[in-house]
Amino acid sequence: MIHEANTWFAECLSDHGIFTRYLEDHHPAAMSCLEVRRLDWANVAEEARRKNMRFVSLWAAEAGSHDKKALYAYMAFAHLEHRHVLLRTDLNEKDPSLPDISGHYISSVRMERSLQDMFGIRVEGLPDTRQWLKHEHWPEDVHPMRTTFPVDTRMPPVEDALSAGDLPETGYAFIKAEGDGIYEYPVGPVHAGIIEPGHFRFHAVGEKILNMEERFGYVHKGIEKRFEGLTAVEGARLASRISGDSAVAHAWAFAQTCEYAAYLDVPERAVILRGILCERERIANHIGDIGGVCNDGGFAFMNVQMQRLREEMARMHKDLFGHRLLMDTIIPGGVTCDLNADEQQRLAQQTSAIAREVEELRTIYADHPGIQERVIGSGSVSIEDAISIGLLGYAGRASGVYADERIEEAYPPYDRLDVRAPRGELGDVATRVWVRFEEVAESSRLVLALLKDLPEGSLQTEFIAPEAGTSGFDAIEGWRGEIAAWVRFGENGIIDRYAVRDPSEINWLGLELAVREVPVPDFPLNNKSFNCSYSGNDL
Amino acid sequence: MIRLFTKIIKTGNRTEALGKADHATELLGEQLSSAIRKKFQGSLAIREVDAGSCNGCELEIIAANNCYYDLERFGVHFVPSPRFADMLLVTGPVTRNMETALKMTYEATPGPKLVVAAGDCAINCGVFGKDNYAIAGSVADIIPVDAIIHGCPPTPTDIIRGILQAIET
Repeated sequence: MIHEANTWFAECLSDHGIFTRYLEDHHPAAMSCLEVRRLDWANVAEEARRKNMRFVSLWAAEAGSHDKKALYAYMAFAHLEHRHVLLRTDLNEKDPSLPDISGHYISSVRMERSLQDMFGIRVEGLPDTRQWLKHEHWPEDVHPMRTTFPVDTRMPPVEDALSAGDLPETGYAFIKAEGDGIYEYPVGPVHAGIIEPGHFRFHAVGEKILNMEERFGYVHKGIEKRFEGLTAVEGARLASRISGDSAVAHAWAFAQTCEYAAYLDVPERAVILRGILCERERIANHIGDIGGVCNDGGFAFMNVQMQRLREEMARMHKDLFGHRLLMDTIIPGGVTCDLNADEQQRLAQQTSAIAREVEELRTIYADHPGIQERVIGSGSVSIEDAISIGLLGYAGRASGVYADERIEEAYPPYDRLDVRAPRGELGDVATRVWVRFEEVAESSRLVLALLKDLPEGSLQTEFIAPEAGTSGFDAIEGWRGEIAAWVRFGENGIIDRYAVRDPSEINWLGLELAVREVPVPDFPLNNKSFNCSYSGNDL
Repeated sequence: MIRLFTKIIKTGNRTEALGKADHATELLGEQLSSAIRKKFQGSLAIREVDAGSCNGCELEIIAANNCYYDLERFGVHFVPSPRFADMLLVTGPVTRNMETALKMTYEATPGPKLVVAAGDCAINCGVFGKDNYAIAGSVADIIPVDAIIHGCPPTPTDIIRGILQAIET
């Protein structure tokens, strides 16, 4: 893996008098990491917006023992051709503060709020300073991601922080709406279905939603902090459980980030198996969600059929890869599963059979006026809004944003495949479902192509951690969209920081916009058409 | 419409006899007498509560309702509110941010009630660990638990067997 340093963005910045320094301890070189001055931070974001770059992520890390600086903030952008660029600036240890970039990239707000909560970094000019992951019962001066805060710190009991009879929601300043006939409608955190917890605050008139505000953090379980102190091999198990439905995608993002940092090449056979696993995960989740949308639209037949197909996939996954949800199949250095000739054939047969059945069911879905009336035109996100937010995955592809790392970055094994992503524009539930149908067909084609191309060879290379202080970054196109991950190793191959951005962190904003003017009873099918992860968002 | 009906007929009945569990269920506590447990048989309403899971357990609970397992044939069904539930099926390590919501859901469930903790996280906080600032504890640390179902995640068969065992003993 030898890449040339990518100097494109550094040159753009220098044209505007913004000085950058290329950091040598970051891999791969093609995804350059540039150090900028803190006072240039927002100008860098402005220039990125001007160059039509997509905002990828924002995170912070304390400097390791090898470094005399105290605290760093990072942000990443992606350009269609020039790809990812990381930027870093160092913060004052005593009073860390960072300029706000949400004027250029609205999706940064929740990440900036997380920096305030978790690191105690003051974001200057942040339009929304409410706590995000730390609910009201958390002591204000506690910043769990700081190294002075051990992961096993016992927090004071929640009851002590709440006055009698107070609900945890009481202290949160939700957006207010006043006027004749406007009512407020709280939903969650415990939802009516078998889904994850989160809170939705609706303002509605009659049955139309005026505004819906999300409030998350309920499933915050200290995942990023938990990674610290693990070896790369130990971390893979945790990565598989960042969001259970993206077990492959998150494990792959984690493994590849570690491999980039360590300059480690993965055996060809393992790379192809990863592709097969990831595309199978994509198919399984899409068909499950198509069923879910139809179920929420009162079309139970489709849900029963789709859940049947999903179950058939899960059984084969258990049979061939050892886990129904494909957890623990990818580790840094390779994969933990293999396919013999007979198994390859079975997998190919089932993949084609499921693709055929999904096409058959698609014609039934398309001809069913009951469901079509519910999905067409419901919950539209305009192309303009989608670009502004930087929607990812199928949510983006339904609204004119076609970011797809499999095509743009074309990391192996996608470098040898011609991935064709569907391109929708209407941005409603129907289009998001259409994109998913298209992706099932495309992913099936990819699985079959990869199976044909499976070379002999080993499944793992031993993972040897890089020197302390080395970091790596990568982006994997999971079934929901781009997962961006950054890792830094400390002494003795121990991870001293893992920062991961699930696509949900960005796509949740799309749902808020989509459901404006939508009748309240259509909220569930809109929600399912996005199906963002709560666990991946809250970490 | 004709294609829809043809598909239903062609698909046929896929429901299978309940298979062998992969993971064990353990019964704890003596909360309910067997006489009361018996009364739940044939009609059990469950409220599912995710108290912090990665959503893997939710996927498998949803799968327990698919046509292969058809949990409803045992008279067990999921309801949207704890107010009319007989059992809480709780997943995940209980996060600090979900602790109050879980307790309130428990309070809102009328007695006599059962609590089943499903999945390794619900039992011992799993990979996320009890020694974690963001986690309040296992389900049993927060509310009384009657049965636990092992697995990461437990399979649909494990889940159905666990639920049935909790009401049959």
